Amino acid sequence: MGEAASPPPVLEARGIYKTYGERVVTEVLKGIDLTIQAGEFCALTGPSGSGKTTLLNLAGLLDRPTRGQVLVEGRDTAPMSDVERTEFRGSRLGFVFQFHHLLPAFTALENVMMPLLARHGRPQPWIRDKAAALLEEVGLSDRARYRVTDLSGGQQQRVAIARALVVDPVLVLADEPTGNLDTESSAQVMELLRSGNRRLGTAFLIVTHEHAIAQSCPRIIHLVDGRVSWDRTTAEVQQADGALR
Amino acid sequence: MPFEIFVALRYLRDQRAQTGLILAGIGVGVGVIIFLSALITGLQVSIIERTLGSQAHVIVRAPEQTPRLLPLPGDALRAVTVERPPQRVRVIDEWREIEAGLRRMPEVVGVAPTVTGPAIAVRGQSSIAISVRGIELDSYRGIVDVEERLVDGAFDLTGARAVVGTELARKFGIGVGGRLRIQAAGDRGGVYTVSGVFDYNSVSLNESLVFISLRGAQTLFDLGGGVSALELKGSDIFAAEGTALRVADRTGLDAQSWMALNGDLLTGLRSQSMSSIMIQVFVILAVALGIASVLAVSVVQKSREIGILRATGTQARTVTRIFLVQGALLGGVGSLVGIAIGTGLALFFASMARNPDGSPTFPIALTGLLYGRSIAIAMAVGLLAAVLPARDATRMDPATVIRNG
Repeated sequence: MGEAASPPPVLEARGIYKTYGERVVTEVLKGIDLTIQAGEFCALTGPSGSGKTTLLNLAGLLDRPTRGQVLVEGRDTAPMSDVERTEFRGSRLGFVFQFHHLLPAFTALENVMMPLLARHGRPQPWIRDKAAALLEEVGLSDRARYRVTDLSGGQQQRVAIARALVVDPVLVLADEPTGNLDTESSAQVMELLRSGNRRLGTAFLIVTHEHAIAQSCPRIIHLVDGRVSWDRTTAEVQQADGALR
Repeated sequence: MPFEIFVALRYLRDQRAQTGLILAGIGVGVGVIIFLSALITGLQVSIIERTLGSQAHVIVRAPEQTPRLLPLPGDALRAVTVERPPQRVRVIDEWREIEAGLRRMPEVVGVAPTVTGPAIAVRGQSSIAISVRGIELDSYRGIVDVEERLVDGAFDLTGARAVVGTELARKFGIGVGGRLRIQAAGDRGGVYTVSGVFDYNSVSLNESLVFISLRGAQTLFDLGGGVSALELKGSDIFAAEGTALRVADRTGLDAQSWMALNGDLLTGLRSQSMSSIMIQVFVILAVALGIASVLAVSVVQKSREIGILRATGTQARTVTRIFLVQGALLGGVGSLVGIAIGTGLALFFASMARNPDGSPTFPIALTGLLYGRSIAIAMAVGLLAAVLPARDATRMDPATVIRNG
């Protein structure tokens, strides 16, 4: 009797290279190998220009690698058409951006509903109910009908988290989700991300510059100059930090 | 509500000032189109009604008599002057069969047999050259609404009764119940009692045209049971030339449309229509450029949001449709504004310029067809104008616009 096959990683990068420009070529990623399993909660750190956002865009199927393979849930994304990639993005992935990137013409509730509206074509009661429930979870049920421009930065980021979770994604990609927030709002946002990870089993890959935020994640992947410099658990990092002192 | 319409409506509402300005622009453009079309169509209908109110769309007559040269024996040459014979009132052979055939043509809505010939009207010492038209009132009123032109009496052609024009009545000093003698060639003639007086808004027609019964005219011109013309009315006045050609082809008779008989009028109407169309084309072009420029600006303004929509699973074709819907909505709503502006302008214009009898000097033709056509044109223009901006929106790379946004 054979062993039960383990589920494929939610994200696997194999020898990823990414260059920009034609006359002046800039190589941003120089051979990244990376695996993220279902339910993992990882921080992606590194200095500016190390390729964090580029890696996030490749993982989110917003961009294609120059070389190498990106697999999501074991599926090679290279042969996917733009339509398939968009469909995959809208149904399996969630995004949280540094500047929350909400749609200012819409209310908080409508912003949360948006990925499902785009996918299903028209508003349906269950979409509204699901979005309302998520807004309640992030503590914004009383702001559901507010235009997002009338919300504070922290509140807007919470709306963005609800929007990322509304499609029940296998992986949420967060680019500096606390970058523009005060300490209290940052803590709230991280707690919401952790809660989503625990409750839904969604994997998170969080780009951050903040040491404390990175330390709060069980795994930290550090990029330097387009390569994975190290990939350790937080315990290993803390141990290494202790040894240095 | 479909997602595309939901987003498009919200974007238009969100950019109130921009949307308001372009709606005003489209409104003015469509308003000009409606006003011009209503005015020019009204003027043309009025001109055609006045000119053709007394005419059939097509008049079918027997071919003119032309002299033929008989061949001489051998190769003999001859030098002759061929004189065209004087044309007497010609008769259409077997006109009843031809009339029945014409009635079966789908584009023909009415056929009336008539006899028209020259005569002299005499009263006392006065005489006036006239054109006598013998008609059967029942069939003729299907061609020309003669009774509408009556200003006195009744259109009664029974027995020896005649209906004359206002000018003839004035010159002879007669009215309803008055008598006059009508004298044709060959000493044929009779005394007729005036049963009615018409006004065709034409001095020459009011003086020279006299209606009598068809049978009376057949007797007057010695035609037996023959008629000199079959007059037709078609379903489309502007298709009369085609109808005339088909009739001539089927019957071998001379068939002339009102267009052939009124060449100058037709040229004038066509020139008027052409200028109106040119103005409308340029207005439509201006409206299209207005919509396209507003949407192009909107695409640039919304580039970050387009990136967000794309990142969160909105397909490129859906983004295209959002902008196409915006174009169509701008065109549709703008055309409603334009209908209000154009209608208001046309009604105001009509109310300002009036004839002494209270009728508008400039008739206007505001029809459902004109409104429907304006809405359709504006929506189509809106859609077409949105194609380029929509294509630009689709081409945006979500990663780039999010990064740069």
